[in-house]
Amino acid sequence: MSALLAIDGVSKRFRGLLAVDRVSLAVPEGAIVAVIGPNGAGKTTLFNMIAGVHAPDTGTIRFAGRRIDGLPPDQICRQGIGRTFQIVRPFPALTVEDNVMVGALLHRRQAPQARLRAHEVLRWLDLYDKRAQRAATLTLPDRKRLEVARALATDPRLLLLDEVMAGLRPTETDRMVAVLKQLNQASGLTIVLIEHVMRAVMALAARILVLHHGAAIAEGAPEEVVRHPAVIHSYLGAEDVA
Amino acid sequence: MIARLLEGMPRAAAVLLALLFALMAAAPLFAGDYLLTVLILILYFAYVGQAWNIMMGFAGQLSLGHALYVGLGAYTAAALFVHFGIGPWIGLAAAVPLCALVGAFVGFLAFRFRVAGVYFAILTIAVAEFARVGFDHLDWTRGSAGLFLPVAQYARNDLWHLRGHPVMFYYILLSATAIAGLGCRALLRSRVGYFWLAIREDEEAARALGIDTFRYKMVAVVISAAMTAFAGVIYAFYYNNLFPEQVFHISRSIEIILGPIVGGIGTLFGPILGAFVLTGLAEMLTGALAALGIDIPGAKQVFYGICLLAVIVALPEGIWPWLSRRLGLGSDKP
Ligand SMILES: Nc1ncnc2c1ncn2[C@@H]1O[C@H](COP(=O)(O)OP(=O)(O)O)[C@@H](O)[C@H]1O
Ligand SMILES: [Mg+2]
Repeated sequence: MSALLAIDGVSKRFRGLLAVDRVSLAVPEGAIVAVIGPNGAGKTTLFNMIAGVHAPDTGTIRFAGRRIDGLPPDQICRQGIGRTFQIVRPFPALTVEDNVMVGALLHRRQAPQARLRAHEVLRWLDLYDKRAQRAATLTLPDRKRLEVARALATDPRLLLLDEVMAGLRPTETDRMVAVLKQLNQASGLTIVLIEHVMRAVMALAARILVLHHGAAIAEGAPEEVVRHPAVIHSYLGAEDVA
Repeated sequence: MIARLLEGMPRAAAVLLALLFALMAAAPLFAGDYLLTVLILILYFAYVGQAWNIMMGFAGQLSLGHALYVGLGAYTAAALFVHFGIGPWIGLAAAVPLCALVGAFVGFLAFRFRVAGVYFAILTIAVAEFARVGFDHLDWTRGSAGLFLPVAQYARNDLWHLRGHPVMFYYILLSATAIAGLGCRALLRSRVGYFWLAIREDEEAARALGIDTFRYKMVAVVISAAMTAFAGVIYAFYYNNLFPEQVFHISRSIEIILGPIVGGIGTLFGPILGAFVLTGLAEMLTGALAALGIDIPGAKQVFYGICLLAVIVALPEGIWPWLSRRLGLGSDKP
């Protein structure tokens, strides 16, 4: 079976710095995969290559069998990849509802239909009661949720989540995990998430990719990966040792 | 039809709008010649301000050269009339596509080659300046000597040839302003309107949501330019004389954007309110100074400057968002 997302040997260099170094990853349809690694490991850069912000210097990216590397971000989204930004980018002057409307209008011509979709997504993410508020007035956790809502409203087949649990309280994290699990099980949504909150990673991901200095140092099931010597040494261990 | 266009508007706002429209429709019955010319000026600015607002207020693209489209529209219709006796409405049918095309050209240059922000604004100035200099040397439109439309006393208003009493122009501009307002509202509530706002707020985030930002920015420029062409045609047949130095001048472009800034950029009623406030007060000032026998050259410009400063300091979002809250009309989208 071919993967929904197939990343093959992608690299990205910023001037002297090799931010992503020949990383490969196959994500089957319906899977939830986590990407972990210390700050500056190249996780966001990997996402930016999938989402079309940067074209990879080497390697290929296929989505649903088609080459997408080098395509612009809007085309990639229209093919079915939704993404959130680690540094959130709400439309500040628009209401929460209108933020999500923008996403919902991608595959819906009429505003009333898009509004129905927006309301549905806002309920999932517990933002429905705040829908009339301007996005600029939201707290950071709510902005993170708005990022997810907006991306979900575009009806993606693959959702890229960049540290959406950061800043959430444990109960809020559990709620987000439950929502994502539900979406994954009910509609077969494929998810790749960058996450530092190991509680969420362990609860969600069937597979984990570990990046360090741009390179993939481990990949596998969560239990294997967290026991992997290189991972303990470079990432998880750092806290244990300290 | 009207009911659909007003759908979702707070009741109080709809009632106030209807009252304002009725008052404006009845104005020629009691307004003297002077007041009528002031009202015509107000409506003219309310109309072009709305056209400009589509680009800047909705799609976030700052044009400082909208006089370009006024001038092109005016010259197209006037030249066709002077040379071939072609009436203004057919001239309009030529002016609108021409301005749309020029708008598309400016947009393409800018958006294709990532000329954004301040540089985009400078580009719009440059193109308008280019037109000013070009028309100065274009013999077909009599260059800097100016293009004059034949004026004669008309027994009755000739709507087809736009020859007649200012009242006729008044009603044309009133209709255009109202239609533009309803049109802007429909646009803003549609798919393209949401996409424009997204682009205005954060272009990269908009692209990440699948929006072809190049395409929707082009749509904004083309609609705005085409709408402005109409104002140009009316301008030509109202004033009956055109000088490149006047119509394409950057101060004309600035005048166009003052109303929306004062009223509220990106709001629907802001450009209309701004035109009333600015033009209304400026004319009152001019009138008062004339009555007192004081002649200060540039008084109007100074006055515009003061108004602008006051609004930017006290109400940076413009008067309308504040006023609509005070009136209890809620959001700034009437
Ligand atoms: N647009 C960019 N230009 C230059 N350097 C960048 C850019 N984006 C990321 N980097 C650098 O690439 C490295 C990886 O960054 P990033 O992918 O954001 O890491 P992570 O998301 O894993 O924390 C960092 O050293 C960062 O400074
Ligand atoms: Mg990151």
